[in-house]
Amino acid sequence: MIIALKPKPQHLPLIATISVLLILYVTASMRYYGFASWYQTTSLLTDSAPLGLAAIGMTFVILSGGIDLSVGAVIALSSILLAQCMAGAEQGGFNFPSYVAIPIVLLVGIIFGGSMGILIRLFQLPPFLVTLAGMFLARGVALNLTASKRLAIVNEPTFDPLVNFLFFGLNLPAIIFIVILVIAIVISSYTRFGRVVYAIGGNERSALLAGLPVGSTTVKIYALSGLCASIGGILYAIGSQSGDASVGYLLELDAIAAVVIGGTLLSGGVGYVFGTLLGVIILGIITIIPTYEGDLNSWWTRIAIGGLLFFFIAAQRVLNSLCIKNTSS
Amino acid sequence: MLDAIKKLIWPIAALVFLLVINAISNPALFSLKIVDGQLTGSLVDILDRAAPVLLISLGMTLVIATAGIDLSVGSVMSISGAVAAVLLIQTDWALPYVLIVSLLICTMAGIWNGILIAYIGIQPIVATLILMVAGRGIAQLVSDGQIITIPEGSTFAFIGSGCFLGLPVTITISVIAIITTITIVRYTSLGLFIEAIGGNEKASYYSGLNVRTIRIFVYTFTAFCAGIAGIIYAADITAADSNNAGLYLELDAILAVVIGGTSLMGGRFNIVGTIIGVLIIQTLNTTILMTQVGGHNIPAEWNLIIKSIVVLIVCLLQSNILAHLKFSRRAIA
Repeated sequence: MIIALKPKPQHLPLIATISVLLILYVTASMRYYGFASWYQTTSLLTDSAPLGLAAIGMTFVILSGGIDLSVGAVIALSSILLAQCMAGAEQGGFNFPSYVAIPIVLLVGIIFGGSMGILIRLFQLPPFLVTLAGMFLARGVALNLTASKRLAIVNEPTFDPLVNFLFFGLNLPAIIFIVILVIAIVISSYTRFGRVVYAIGGNERSALLAGLPVGSTTVKIYALSGLCASIGGILYAIGSQSGDASVGYLLELDAIAAVVIGGTLLSGGVGYVFGTLLGVIILGIITIIPTYEGDLNSWWTRIAIGGLLFFFIAAQRVLNSLCIKNTSS
Repeated sequence: MLDAIKKLIWPIAALVFLLVINAISNPALFSLKIVDGQLTGSLVDILDRAAPVLLISLGMTLVIATAGIDLSVGSVMSISGAVAAVLLIQTDWALPYVLIVSLLICTMAGIWNGILIAYIGIQPIVATLILMVAGRGIAQLVSDGQIITIPEGSTFAFIGSGCFLGLPVTITISVIAIITTITIVRYTSLGLFIEAIGGNEKASYYSGLNVRTIRIFVYTFTAFCAGIAGIIYAADITAADSNNAGLYLELDAILAVVIGGTSLMGGRFNIVGTIIGVLIIQTLNTTILMTQVGGHNIPAEWNLIIKSIVVLIVCLLQSNILAHLKFSRRAIA
């Protein structure tokens, strides 16, 4: 019985993340009136949705041993592109209904991510540099797309239902976040594609020698990340009823932090999409605590995120060396 | 010497190409005037504005040569600017003490990075990510979330906008930094050690190199340079802006290093290449700001798009595939 309760080493980071989340949530609930309410939970999910989507895509990228710095810029590009597509001609828009505009935005996200994947795979370029170029490009295009940098989406008969949609207090961004999360968990754990992602992250050479489709999977991973980020941009547009070319600065860092806090190793091959959800919620709670605390300033948020990052990275490091000792003895 | 020039042929060609474009489209860029005993003009301006990126890139070159990377430089810049501004405004310390304390704090930030990487064994990109995330928070904590303004005309502001020997002080600082760095790495064996670690860490360890100390040194050196860059930035705008000081500057620095021919894989570095890389980036910025198309200025946001294209071209030129093509062509001939 005791043996059955003893957690596997690869689950330890996840257990640590759950503990941190529980401690944070319970402390915040006891300390702040109205924190442990359904309303607060739904607004937490809604506010975290764009970051959450970016982090889900980032999880796949990091699991495969890569990195994607472009997600924040892709969110900005997607939101402003959506607004631009639906805006009237007098604002320089195309006047598309939402069911045309949204697929266009998603397609742009997939193509954008996929092209970065092709560059990384075909020319053996470091993901860090290629996605950095992607970040500059997406941000530059987003800032140049419209004259005003920020475009409100108002009085759109095909868009307003999305904004006003409510289901048990959950609005559309929160629901889509949860649905995509479930899909991503299934993809990562129960599909061929998911297993190849883990294999590439574990050891790319072995994966290649084992005959796994490393090339096409790498391209798909970055396309998936681009898709997730563009969904994130659409969710931002739904949540704020506008497109904003300057949203998501440094969001790529938060996404990476959420993935790491969620127990995924940055060297690739180890981690769970579910952990990323926990990481995103932890970041969400840390971000809203200053609004409850009143006199606590928001810059503590960044320091707290940095501190948590350090804690999890150091813990993973210790765990890793313990595992190596166990297997070698 | 000839070999060194051969290696730098692409970066130099790019810089010359940029300057030629400017000479055709915008000859005003090359006009130099002496106003109040100070040399002014766009070329001087490029060198002046390049100073922060240049300082960071010098450190980053050494870090990348050890097959590492330092993402925290932008945050360290904001910390040093905030510390210097707070000490100047809220205490009556003399300027040298203010500078020394803020640089010491940056040095400690570098030692922290170095210890995480060398002793705890965390990958550089992850280890420096921690400070990159937390650093701006620390800077805002120091400055209490305010943009602290420094009176213009003070000695501190002189660092950013003063003039020495007819040139901006920043250029003097850059030149001193370049000479110091080259002396440290090329006239002592340190440069060799750094390249050895980047080439093969295990082999360097077994041949008796103190790998940990050297790793800590390169990160500390980079953070120190970032500290100076932060002070220059704060002195230039006579304010400490924790949110925007050095934002995305780490990426510019990495880009400059890579353009200059230092491989991200480590094992080799090229300080002169880095300097040319910085000049290319800064000339590009100024060119975009000054070039007119059909009587209109190009919007500053185009900068990002053009930069992204430059990154891709440089990446492709340095990629293995192209090297492979060149190699096989030589093999056939």
